[in-house]
Amino acid sequence: MTRSATKNSTLSIRYQLKRAAFELDVDLDLSMQGVTGLFGPSGAGKTTLLRCMAGLEKSDMGRLVVDGTVWEDSSSGMYVASHKRQIAYVFQEARLFPHLNVSRNLEYGQRRSNNDDHKLDFDRVVDLLELQDLLDRMPATLSGGEAQRVAIGRALLRSPKMILMDEPLAALDDARKEEVLSYIERLHAELQTPIIYVSHNIDEICRVCDQLFVLEEGRISAQGELQSVLLQTELPILAGKEAGSVLIGKIRDYDETFDLTRIELSAAQLWVPGQFGKSSSEIRLRVRANDVSLCLERPLKTSILNIIEVKVMRVQDETTGSVLVHFCSGTDVFLSRITRRSCTELALKSGMKIFAQLKSVAVKNPLS
Amino acid sequence: MNLGPLWLSVKLAAITTLILLIVGTAIAWWLANTRSRAKPVVQSLVALPIVLPPTVMGFYLLVLLGPYGAIGSWWVELTGSALTFSFLGLVIASCFYSLPFAVQPLQSAFESLGRKELEAARTLGAAPIDAFFSIVVPLSAPGFLTAIVLSFAHTLGEFGVVLMVGGNIPGETRLISIAIYDHVESMNYAAAHALSLTLLGFAFSILLAMYWLNRRWSRHD
Repeated sequence: MTRSATKNSTLSIRYQLKRAAFELDVDLDLSMQGVTGLFGPSGAGKTTLLRCMAGLEKSDMGRLVVDGTVWEDSSSGMYVASHKRQIAYVFQEARLFPHLNVSRNLEYGQRRSNNDDHKLDFDRVVDLLELQDLLDRMPATLSGGEAQRVAIGRALLRSPKMILMDEPLAALDDARKEEVLSYIERLHAELQTPIIYVSHNIDEICRVCDQLFVLEEGRISAQGELQSVLLQTELPILAGKEAGSVLIGKIRDYDETFDLTRIELSAAQLWVPGQFGKSSSEIRLRVRANDVSLCLERPLKTSILNIIEVKVMRVQDETTGSVLVHFCSGTDVFLSRITRRSCTELALKSGMKIFAQLKSVAVKNPLS
Repeated sequence: MNLGPLWLSVKLAAITTLILLIVGTAIAWWLANTRSRAKPVVQSLVALPIVLPPTVMGFYLLVLLGPYGAIGSWWVELTGSALTFSFLGLVIASCFYSLPFAVQPLQSAFESLGRKELEAARTLGAAPIDAFFSIVVPLSAPGFLTAIVLSFAHTLGEFGVVLMVGGNIPGETRLISIAIYDHVESMNYAAAHALSLTLLGFAFSILLAMYWLNRRWSRHD
């Protein structure tokens, strides 16, 4: 799933912390490449964990090692202050310095960075985030999306070993979200800096992340590659109405007459509306369980464009009178949510060959 | 008109303000950020001069700084001269007396600033002192201006405390407020008028300048 030649960073995180109505207990080792998602409901401790890592919050017990450099180890009393950690932080609100213009906000971290080996060029960052026209403006005159773009640029110019993004879109409206998200995707495709991306929105996670960690009530409940973690629907948080799977396909051809693009998966092909990127480049798709229905025979005469032959892997009962059917086509795994009655009538069993109708396929992260 | 007492007052106010800018900033920063249980105690101590009659403050300072007082006796041993009825004694007394006028505006400026920008600065590589001067100070500029003006003006106008601690020695402790009192006592109203008007005009001008600047800054944001 690596799309750019991202250097892997190794990261080891252990934190224990007790507060009045909350307990954080995390023990993680990961090899970071690209964007690592940290997903969980509000109050799960995502922000607290990030703040501990950035040195903004003290834990009862903590150890943080990044690429062999120990930044914190409470067993030996080691604690590197936050300004020496080379971790940049993008907060929910942009937190720009109101008395400095955009240009001087951007330079703030750059001037204070002593990290010479992979220093990012000012012009490159300005170019990447399209900040040219904003440089002389004061923060108070920027829109929410613009301000957050500047905040991301400011974090990048710190030349950090890693960037922590704490729900960077939460304070924005939908149009602004879309705008900032596309810039984050661009960073992901073009830069080496690993990012930890915190969100409680699975849709955002599906777009930008390669790996995923699920944090619930202060503990990691699932971890791994994005695609496989999304299939752990035994976890209630991943089985909600947003449950679904992410697939990586290759762009094949574009049908101008109907404005459809053909995408090749491991053993099937899908048509999605719109035109995306160059032929044979990778594309990320998301199919929600609620958008998939199942048939025993190939339906003829239907308005559904994407019908594929699949094999049932397993059927998972849900408490709500519905079931989640996991099925595959080649190496691609899909989910479908149907009623328990339909499941009984179709007599679905693992290993069965059936047909899946995909009512909607969302394109995530069209990389060109 | 003998302007000696005015200059002495200005000198005292300037030195006091300078000291309070450092000490007051430290106390205000601590008060704005601490979760310590001692906070209300410290806050009350700082605010005492606002409530107490200056003569009460002056009396205790006289006792403390006098040749037999805790600080005064130590000073006499060290230097051979007394703190009371000296310019240095006035500086010390004024620092206590004007402390709340420096601490309170700074504390409320620091509190309304919050920690957000400061945290952003820390994660961008700014050491605590660096972040304080590059972010906190410019963003709290109106608070600093108020603190400077109020401690300066308040020191300039003090009477009770300086009379108790400093007395009335020309060129050493004879401040403008004391000179005015003297002139009135000796029925020299013309001289009292001249000094009073000077002080009135001076006080009004710096207050006006402060409020005007503050207004411009708050519009700026």
